[in-house]
Amino acid sequence: MIRLHHVAKEYPRTGVALSHLTFQIKKGEFVFLTGPSGSGKSTLLKLLLMEEKPTEGEVWVSGVSAKKARRRDISHLRRRLGVIFQDFRLLEDRTAEANVRFSLEVTGAPKSAFAQKVNRALTQVGLASKGTSYPRELSGGEQQRVAIARALVNDPFVILADEPTGNLDERATRGVFQLLKDINASGTAVVMATHDLDLVRNSNYRVIELNHGRVVYDSAETPPPGTGMTPPGGLPGSLLFPASDKPAGTN
Amino acid sequence: MLAFREALIASKRAPLLSALGVLTIAFSLFAFGLFSLVALNIKHSLQQVEERVEIRGFVTDGTPIEPIAAAMKDISAFPEVAKVDFVSQEQALARARKELSEFKDVFEEDVLPGSIEVHLRAGLRNPGTVRDVANRVGRYDFVDDVRYGEEWVDKLYRLRNIATVAGTGLGLAFALVAIIIIGATIRMAVLHRAKEISIMKYVGATDGFIRLPFLIDGLMRGVVGGLLALLLIWFANRTINRYFLQTIFFDRKTIAIGIVSGALIGVIGSMYAVGRHLRRI
Repeated sequence: MIRLHHVAKEYPRTGVALSHLTFQIKKGEFVFLTGPSGSGKSTLLKLLLMEEKPTEGEVWVSGVSAKKARRRDISHLRRRLGVIFQDFRLLEDRTAEANVRFSLEVTGAPKSAFAQKVNRALTQVGLASKGTSYPRELSGGEQQRVAIARALVNDPFVILADEPTGNLDERATRGVFQLLKDINASGTAVVMATHDLDLVRNSNYRVIELNHGRVVYDSAETPPPGTGMTPPGGLPGSLLFPASDKPAGTN
Repeated sequence: MLAFREALIASKRAPLLSALGVLTIAFSLFAFGLFSLVALNIKHSLQQVEERVEIRGFVTDGTPIEPIAAAMKDISAFPEVAKVDFVSQEQALARARKELSEFKDVFEEDVLPGSIEVHLRAGLRNPGTVRDVANRVGRYDFVDDVRYGEEWVDKLYRLRNIATVAGTGLGLAFALVAIIIIGATIRMAVLHRAKEISIMKYVGATDGFIRLPFLIDGLMRGVVGGLLALLLIWFANRTINRYFLQTIFFDRKTIAIGIVSGALIGVIGSMYAVGRHLRRI
């Protein structure tokens, strides 16, 4: 579904953002992208959204090649992706319903189905009763739920989430994370960038950890340190499993 | 239509910015339009003066009418010539008495000679042609003298050339400034909606879909700004007409061209501003 092959991304001013990335994400998978600030998580999500093209290598998302895709192909691909951000990115002067409907309107979908689809998406995120509220009338967690409803309304095959809980308190974080887990359970893949290591450690999902633009740990390739298959000292460059004499996961 | 609704929503959401945008367009076009009106009036005045360019061949007293008539037929066949008139001695006297009434008693019968008056076609009143036609008129035996205000024609022609070059140069400069200001206004409107544009991109809107409401917005601003500018110029013209001097106003065709130009500047400016923005996200 998502495939990266020897991907590198370099910016003229800031230099190398990603290098030597090769991995796949399967249909319906839940993947955490983690790593410190500046490790390349957001750049990687931008590549998956085809907002940026790789400097080297190739990215395929649902069969669309980043190198060959025309702008129109990218627009059509994005209609099948759901994207959510740390800062929600809702339109402040439109109600929750209108924000969700916006996503349908730009795709040119038949109008007759709008109301039902919007309602279903808002119900799915637990905000059926707040459709007429404006973003400023909602809590942070609720605003992020509206953003998730907007991402869901086009029935995406994957949700790309860039630090979706970064602006939320612990309770709201748990709620949003649970929602993403539920969405995943219904068959939609989720790629979630986060530096909330606790959230990552306490889940059994696949983890790809980046540092300085490289993959330092991918749980699909390497079992977690301390399981007997890897050196017990941890992984060099990893925050999740730092190379020290502490047992894994207890730093 | 969704694009229309989006364009209206944008104006409603930032009424001050929209109003400022329209006013900027209106004042830029007003400055350009006012200049054009001045240029038009100068051109019109020069044209009126030019129409008075005439070649006068004075006829020897006592020349029979037949050779004069034959000469007039020849002259009117010249391609440069628009009209040939004969002014008899009596007519010349009457005209002189009328135009110079304070000296009407000074003029006596037969003091003024009869003349052939030649008017040239518009666009052919340059010094070269005037001189050439005057020479040809002077070749008739019964023509004593030919007058056409040589120096005056030269000066008028030079003045017209300077006015044309300066007018075109200044006009282009004014138009360029108007386009730059309007472009900046539209760019501000695009930046104001940058967040919305980025959300549209993320949810899969095509470039065309994003561009359309801006084009409609630009078109509306251009037309409204153009109409407002026209109104301002009309008021300015009326005031000048009433209190200072007689002027002419644009004809309908020019007004239509002005408004269509406003609309085009709005649309092209929007297309450019959104296109530039879209390429970067």
